[in-house]
Amino acid sequence: MGDTPSTASIAPGKHRSLGLNPEDLLDMYYKMVLTRVLDQRVWALNRQGKVAIVGSCSGHEGAQVGAVWAMDRSRDIFFTFYRDLCALLTLGVTPKEMLLGYMAKAGEPMSGARMFPGHGVYPQYRIINLSNVVGAQMTKAVGSALAAKIRKEPTVVIVFFGDGATSEGEWHEALNFAGIHRLPILFFCENNRWAISVPQHKQMAVPDVALRAQGYGMPGVVVDGSDPLEVLKVTRESAERARNGGGPTLIEAKVERLMPHTSDDDDRRYRPREDLERAKARDPIERFRAYLKGEGILTESQDTAIWARAQKEVDEATEFADKAPFPDPSTLLDHLWATPPGRKGV
Amino acid sequence: MAVKTVIEAIRDAMREEMRRDSRVIVLGEDVGRRGGVFLATEGFIDEFGEERVIDTPLAEASIVGLAIGAALNGLRPIAEIQFTDFIWPIVNQLVGEAARHHYGTNGQVSVPIVVRSPYGGMVRGGLYHSQSAEGFFYHCPGLKVVCPSTPYDAKGLLKSAIRDDDPVLFFEHKRTYRTVRGEVPDEDYTIPIGVADVKREGRDLSVFSYGLTLHYCLQAAEALAKEGIQVEVVDLRTVKPLDTETILASVKKTGKALIVHEDNLTGGVGAEVSALLADAGFTYLDAPIKRLCGPDVPAMPFAPTLEQAFMPTTDKIIDAMRHLARY
Ligand SMILES: Cc1ncc(C[n+]2csc(CCOP(=O)(O)OP(=O)(O)O)c2C)c(N)n1
Repeated sequence: MGDTPSTASIAPGKHRSLGLNPEDLLDMYYKMVLTRVLDQRVWALNRQGKVAIVGSCSGHEGAQVGAVWAMDRSRDIFFTFYRDLCALLTLGVTPKEMLLGYMAKAGEPMSGARMFPGHGVYPQYRIINLSNVVGAQMTKAVGSALAAKIRKEPTVVIVFFGDGATSEGEWHEALNFAGIHRLPILFFCENNRWAISVPQHKQMAVPDVALRAQGYGMPGVVVDGSDPLEVLKVTRESAERARNGGGPTLIEAKVERLMPHTSDDDDRRYRPREDLERAKARDPIERFRAYLKGEGILTESQDTAIWARAQKEVDEATEFADKAPFPDPSTLLDHLWATPPGRKGV
Repeated sequence: MAVKTVIEAIRDAMREEMRRDSRVIVLGEDVGRRGGVFLATEGFIDEFGEERVIDTPLAEASIVGLAIGAALNGLRPIAEIQFTDFIWPIVNQLVGEAARHHYGTNGQVSVPIVVRSPYGGMVRGGLYHSQSAEGFFYHCPGLKVVCPSTPYDAKGLLKSAIRDDDPVLFFEHKRTYRTVRGEVPDEDYTIPIGVADVKREGRDLSVFSYGLTLHYCLQAAEALAKEGIQVEVVDLRTVKPLDTETILASVKKTGKALIVHEDNLTGGVGAEVSALLADAGFTYLDAPIKRLCGPDVPAMPFAPTLEQAFMPTTDKIIDAMRHLARY
């Protein structure tokens, strides 16, 4: 437990065995860079008092982009959680839309700014992130996979969560049911070794979340979450198995949390600085950049241009969201019922 | 018209809806081969198969979580929580989650699930097979809470609940399952959620109740009629949302209100009916608003003497009615 996962470079030529071309790789890289730039922007906006709260994605980008890339984005269902900014951007949500959420502005697509940024649903992309209750998405995701099976759809569900979520009772209920019914679902743990201030060894008595898979009759796989290509490979294999009736998989991506838990947290109270330094050595963006350069896919000047492009996109989005109005207070009572009751009542 | 029991009416409602709409499934503990511990789903597994009649593991929170997830992906699940006494693990999924999703997504998703749960006492169920819980759940915006008392209402309301796009918590009083009979039409019908029903008309005082105590109120009203006191008995049928129109109209006519329920007194449905009357019905009132409810102890105890002591029985209701009529 507590072994520092690999900081070794990504194996040369890996993308070719996965059938990925340079455009795919640069696209993936751009989503990671865009996430980082947006993340840093909203952190700054938080300090300026324009954004109430931020939960950073920094350190998780590689795992998220790899996992989303492995799925069938035209029909699969994505149950995300609050740390999944890179997954959302990869699925098609724009920085403009995200910033409307961070600034709680009207027109925010997922919840109309009723919930925290990135929460709600995006039906077009089949993104579902309905609450802030850690672990509450698990059984819902399994229910959606059950419905897919009953309706004989080729859909695979992927549900994302942290290491802390694995302690919730419902987490276990969810895996148990999915195992019994061999449902088409991937359980994707982004294990950053911390749940706010609680380290993994106080969260569980095992070194790997994936070990628990055995108890639920499904394969459990540990993957280096700072290597997007390895995550893509593992997730793709699992998704294919699920789509072909082979049942669920528990995937544990070992990632790093490069920032405090949220903008409201001060991690100096509990996290040794050496732990943070070790984490930075596994920054997925650095590792992927090194790989792309080594493969001759990314030059120094291209890289500079990519970061500049992301900056510009985020600048424009910030300006747009800053100017947008807040939701009209008169909408407070809207959408209480989907089916109006027989009488108005109370 | 055929005469049916409450449990038969409930079974018929589900069976007919499952035949009508292939999106309807049932899930819960023992709902398959066993047909549910009260036989609400008897025969379903043979007719609809294991895919639509799902015996879940013994894990209540997940039963509702699964139902929500299945609803989000196009199905219309009916989840059974075997006894209301075991409903507490689902509070997060039903109240914390399902009730908020339509509002939280600005109307983009709805959660068409029904959670059925047998509740209530006078069955020698003791602390853990007698509980009522509507007082907890009726507080929650976004959740509809239905408590039918007759076979006719149970069938029509359950069909409405299944067709409703919001989460509906459907409480079925265990004691009424086989003791209450009534005529039920052969043809398809529904009863709107949120509409109360005047079960007996009267001019001297209004009594509001639902579930098992509704029947006790009707017996009590019958007894008082012999004394020349005409009691109006209103079956709330739905406790969330409350039918304020019918409640106010009745008290406008009678000037007096008594609320009777088995669930605990404090913060119960009766408290809300009282607040409504004190506010919007103040000028109609000729007497204090009275409540006769289960006392504020954790649940109905096992011993028969204590069961009787807990329950608002017909005799206690007669006393309360007589007292109020004379005020
Ligand atoms: C049920 C519940 N309990 C507590 C919280 C407060 N909380 C929010 S995030 C969090 C830690 C979650 O850790 P983990 O699942 O490892 O995810 P991470 O934030 O590290 O990505 C806690 C305790 C919550 N939102 N929900």
